[in-house]
Amino acid sequence: MAFMELKGVHKRFGEKIVLDGIDLEVERGSSLVILGGSGSGKSVMLRCILGLLHPEDGGVWIDGRETTGLRGRAREEILSRIGMLFQNAALFDSLRVWENVAFGLIQGRGMPSRQAKKIAIEKLESVGLGEMVGELRPSELSGGMQKRVALARAIAGDPDILFFDEPTTGLDPITGAIIDRLIVDTVKRVGATALSITHDINSARTIADKIAMLYKGRILWHGEAARLDESGNEYVDQFVHGRTEGPIEMELYKL
Amino acid sequence: MRFIILLGDTILSAFRETGRICVFLSKSLFLGIQPPYFWKLLLSQMFRIGYLSLPVVALTAFFTGAVLALQIYYGGNQFNSESIIASIVALGITRELGPVLAGLMVAGRVSAAIAAELGTMRVTDQIDALVTLSTNPFKYLVMPRILAAVLVLPLLTIVADVIGILGGFAVGVENLGFNPSIYVQNTLDFLERDDITSGMIKSAVFGFLITSMGCYYGFNSSGGAQGVGRATTNAVVASSILILASNYILTSVFFS
Ligand SMILES: Nc1ncnc2c1ncn2[C@@H]1O[C@H](COP(=O)(O)OP(=O)(O)OP(=O)(O)O)[C@@H](O)[C@H]1O
Ligand SMILES: [Mg+2]
Repeated sequence: MAFMELKGVHKRFGEKIVLDGIDLEVERGSSLVILGGSGSGKSVMLRCILGLLHPEDGGVWIDGRETTGLRGRAREEILSRIGMLFQNAALFDSLRVWENVAFGLIQGRGMPSRQAKKIAIEKLESVGLGEMVGELRPSELSGGMQKRVALARAIAGDPDILFFDEPTTGLDPITGAIIDRLIVDTVKRVGATALSITHDINSARTIADKIAMLYKGRILWHGEAARLDESGNEYVDQFVHGRTEGPIEMELYKL
Repeated sequence: MRFIILLGDTILSAFRETGRICVFLSKSLFLGIQPPYFWKLLLSQMFRIGYLSLPVVALTAFFTGAVLALQIYYGGNQFNSESIIASIVALGITRELGPVLAGLMVAGRVSAAIAAELGTMRVTDQIDALVTLSTNPFKYLVMPRILAAVLVLPLLTIVADVIGILGGFAVGVENLGFNPSIYVQNTLDFLERDDITSGMIKSAVFGFLITSMGCYYGFNSSGGAQGVGRATTNAVVASSILILASNYILTSVFFS
């Protein structure tokens, strides 16, 4: 069994079916990127994996253990191995930037705050933010800076399972490239397993070992990142090249 | 026919909501009594709920005590009014008006603030982020607020009692020309310890209701700014009604 596995995951909101039987496998220590149109259910899928949303049907297995419906200790144990970057950063706006980054270390693991602050500052530096930024409030940062703080918070505890929801959206190309490299390094260094969502095809090529494309609630294509251009799938081709004409066009607007 | 369906729907959804609130609260209490405890958060919530509510509560209590004295004087038999006013103000404030007014004022200030804060955290994914950072939001957000209010409202009520009686005293002595020392003596003669403790117990219950409503509606808000606004309104309305209803029940239990 793969390190992380989704089997037949269904999720709907009222009448609207968002996930219609997702089957997906991620190998230990590999990096998978999910592609898919806006509103296709990528973020919902991440939330289902994390247990923040409950699928109506199907299950999620992480490291040999079914995590859907896991509660109490067992759930906390899995969550303590996970780092998650939310699409909208989701920083705690009542706390300073460094307290945000150190939050999991202090509250989750009971680390003394001086030690946690040191780690937080290191992590902030690794996403290209100086020590001064640590004393600010999230509301005093630009959107891209918030995103990077959230990334620092996600990797602060050196988790071995990483979820990134659009890590480079809203960043300039150079910062984006720095973040891409950071993600690759983190996966390599810790031997972590990563699942990222991105709309940036170049970024996807850099950080992915494998790529999967989500379309109409199902995984439409799944393969090696290097073989993205020869997928032989017209949906994937259209998406990768951003063409307005192709099989995706009509259905996207109908949503 | 349509009316009956509507009525049935309303009753059913009221039961559903009550059930959800009960589940939410039992979850909060069950998880809240398990470590880790967030002492610092408890203290800062006590400061925000208690200390920062002092001016509002004191002002309301003062004017209520004063107006109570005036009304008893105008409306009642002005013969022997000195002892009647002192006793009714003392009993009315300590038994009912002190705790209820403190409760309602805190409901307006605090349950709205809590609902808005937690609601914003919910719609901006901060509560989900807490979960992914291995921190239980019931322990981290809900429990400190509820506990702080339960501890702090009785103290606020004592302040309201003292200042409310002072309001009556001020009117009695300044406007109606009563003898100050006799007024104080009358007040002390009529007051019993149970009057004050019953008010404190009531207000602890109110504190629980206020913060639970704020947390419940904030926690379950959805749909952006409008949703947060709705949560705030619901929290204030629900906690105000619950304060008045539970006050009636508590009074009939304590004084029957
Ligand atoms: N809480 C919710 N209630 C109702 N519908 C929802 C909810 N969350 C998501 N949806 C719906 O689910 C669909 C997928 O949303 P999701 O956020 O997963 O999209 P996405 O693939 O992440 O898009 P993007 O790339 O724009 O972030 C959308 O159509 C959205 O309307
Ligand atoms: Mg998304």
